[in-house]
Amino acid sequence: MKGITKDFPGVRALDNVTFSVRKGEIHALCGENGAGKSTLMKILSGVYPHGTYEGQILINGKKVQFKSIKESQDAGIAIIYQELALVGEMTVAENLFLGHDLMRSKIINWNKIYAESQKWLDQIGLDIDPETKVKDLTVGKQQLIEIVKALTKKVDILILDEPTAALTESDVEILMNLLHDLRSKGVTCIYISHKLGEVMSLADSVTILRDGKTISTDSIENLTEDMIITKMVGRELTELFPYEPHPIRNEKILEVKNYSVFDENGKQVIQDVSFSLKKGEILGFSGLIGAGRSELFISLFGGFKGKKTGTVLIDGKPTNIQKPADAIKEGLAYVSEDRKRYGLVLGMDITKNTTLTALNKVMKLKVIDEALEIKSTEDITKKMNLKAPSLEAAVGQLSGGNQQKIVLSKWLLNDPKILILDEPTRGIDVGAKYEIYKIMNDLVKQGVGIIMISSELPEVMGMSDRILVMSEGRITGEFLREEATQENIMRCATGGKKSVQTTINS
Amino acid sequence: MSRQLSTVNVNEQRNKGISFKLDLQSYTLMIALVLIAVIFSIFTGGEYLSSRNLSNLFTQMSVIAVLAVGMTLVIVAGHIDLSVGSLVGLTGGIAAILQVWHGWSTFSVVFAAIIIGAILGLWQGWWVAYRAVPAFIVTLGGMLVFRGILIGLSKGQTIAPMSESFKQIGNSYLPYVPGYILALVSIVILVFWTIRNRSKRMNMGLMIPAATVDYGKVAVYSIFILLITYMLNRYYGIPVPFLIVALLSIIFIFISNKTAFGRYIYAIGGNQEAAALSGINIKRNILWVFIIMGGLSGVAGVLLTSRLNAATVNAGNMYELDAIAACVIGGTSLMGGKGKIFGALIGALIMASIDNGMSIMNIETFWQYIVKGLILIIAVWIDISSKK
Repeated sequence: MKGITKDFPGVRALDNVTFSVRKGEIHALCGENGAGKSTLMKILSGVYPHGTYEGQILINGKKVQFKSIKESQDAGIAIIYQELALVGEMTVAENLFLGHDLMRSKIINWNKIYAESQKWLDQIGLDIDPETKVKDLTVGKQQLIEIVKALTKKVDILILDEPTAALTESDVEILMNLLHDLRSKGVTCIYISHKLGEVMSLADSVTILRDGKTISTDSIENLTEDMIITKMVGRELTELFPYEPHPIRNEKILEVKNYSVFDENGKQVIQDVSFSLKKGEILGFSGLIGAGRSELFISLFGGFKGKKTGTVLIDGKPTNIQKPADAIKEGLAYVSEDRKRYGLVLGMDITKNTTLTALNKVMKLKVIDEALEIKSTEDITKKMNLKAPSLEAAVGQLSGGNQQKIVLSKWLLNDPKILILDEPTRGIDVGAKYEIYKIMNDLVKQGVGIIMISSELPEVMGMSDRILVMSEGRITGEFLREEATQENIMRCATGGKKSVQTTINS
Repeated sequence: MSRQLSTVNVNEQRNKGISFKLDLQSYTLMIALVLIAVIFSIFTGGEYLSSRNLSNLFTQMSVIAVLAVGMTLVIVAGHIDLSVGSLVGLTGGIAAILQVWHGWSTFSVVFAAIIIGAILGLWQGWWVAYRAVPAFIVTLGGMLVFRGILIGLSKGQTIAPMSESFKQIGNSYLPYVPGYILALVSIVILVFWTIRNRSKRMNMGLMIPAATVDYGKVAVYSIFILLITYMLNRYYGIPVPFLIVALLSIIFIFISNKTAFGRYIYAIGGNQEAAALSGINIKRNILWVFIIMGGLSGVAGVLLTSRLNAATVNAGNMYELDAIAACVIGGTSLMGGKGKIFGALIGALIMASIDNGMSIMNIETFWQYIVKGLILIIAVWIDISSKK
């Protein structure tokens, strides 16, 4: 792939990226969240068709132009996403051969399909009956089925997008063996992963992307884990972070002790987490996607379906938050990472969205006072510097930055004591980001405690007073603002040893 | 850098003034209604717009209109109620049984019908909200269950006649003088409310619509109220069922716009996940929507039994579909989160107009079904295509 450039509205996802892979090798693609790895692979596999990007793709020296996923498949490219694309209600065999020629014959020969499936499963060492329904398998097994499915077709290049994120140890081993096996058969693998340990033991060479640019391509012998980390994050803090030193009071506004969360299926997603937040402090939560940060805070906010254990103290008093309404009463506010899904009612206008959680503040005798409602909305959105055609505009029409300001307004109208911001600047332009940071500064000066979950390292380091790093449902590191470096945060986030550098005068 | 970026501030609205809010949907509806009136007037030689027929029309639409008010809330909340037709039949039937067979007074019979409707609504709402069974299924079941109970209780007979006072509910008229007084009082309230609202907004430093726009609206509404009253008074006066519809509409328009409950219904229908994370109790609010729908079905049942002066086992059959159609024609989205009670009323009026106009024209009944069906499809198509 030569000189690939891909623009999304307002963002340049890839900037003149060159990426070359030798035949029959396992090539790892590494980079931070948002570095452009997935976008690059989507271009290669035809998800973004020819013409929507600049640059050219050469396979075996020949120029190719994929207009659809089908065309890239015909050329022998298979991609396996993090999100599974299996039909849960169908059996393993049906999924394996869905879209295969065997399924297209006028009368389907089921026995043949089952026999073929069994052969494939045996070959990679999976002990599964091909007639089990896919939804009854674990996520890890499903992932392996997905890989097998890709292999039932002719594959020259296999792309794996974080395949091991959901796998257990034994499944990872099966996958590793499978990939080694494929390599010996001359299949080329492109392997995207955050787990550097795996990369080191598996890959032949590594390409590192950062901010949509190729940083380097090296053979694995010339690399160490630390070198990869340095290359992944090694950038100057170019964006502006208007961090202002501010007094942090000693009172603990929130204290969480031995907190564990289980999802609906009983799987433990958060393991024995303890931390505290002080009045007027910005506490950053760093980590990779899937580390459990959002689950932790949605659960603390009472919005997570599933069991939880542990103690939560707010202002030193124990609490029992079962539903979001309880959390709101305790002075918590949660700004979700997915504002369209969890933050806003897109069809409603700005005013109604803004007052949704604080309706009692604009009601008199249980009746909504329209004038007061508009006045409150106007006051708070003015503080936020909201840009909108009118307060009666539906929020669905606004830009991401302005939508986020409305979500913030909505929660600030309630005067929260603790503000949880989950990826507060995701998908927002630089100007609006800056304004949101300014708002955070103002809030901590008023004594609000802010928790900021962010996958962007510069943001966490630029705005936080203290940083906690999570990995696989645990807190794996804690740094004061001065001590944090991109390298040591990344080491904790990629599953490094617990390295509590400091304990703050608790 | 951010300060310069914010050139278009919300504040600037104040300078621009508020533009006349063009609610395209309600205008399309009005145009459709006027069009239907014109067409039927031409084909019936003016009979359609006569005082007598308008009086009939408003009486005929009343049962569906009452149901449509509740159905708007149900659909806005993202659900559906297929049982209202059977519930109308059942509550109306119980009212008749209690009065004709057991000699209850009119007041207690009406009270009982509404309470029983609300309790059955509570039962359905419990399944939907707390047991997470889809409303389509719960109310489809309710449709069968309620009809079955009605047939069982009435032993398949038609129950008649009702007492004189019960008959009055659906068949009497407000005399001329009280009619005009009521019209004038509502106009005074309208003017007073507009003035108060304007001064309040002014005090808070909010933008105010131009006086001509605000008072122009008041003038149009006033003329409309007077005209309707005049037309109806030329016949026997304002029909009581129409008054009941008007009263219920005002109450529920108020609830949907001015109370937290109303606001939450729209939020739940618009985005349930966001509503839940905003601390809204989804289950309890949904439960209340179904209780209200049940209670309104009780009102509709009383109206129907009173108008017919009898309860039959088939009473209210298919009314749920007319009510849903009225809501949809009135711009309520079956996806939830969007819809207005006023629109549903116009929708009910359109549906009733088609029945009424075509009957006057002596067009065979089968055409009414065909035309109503086609109008429903076209109304939704207009709604969908206007969004693109």
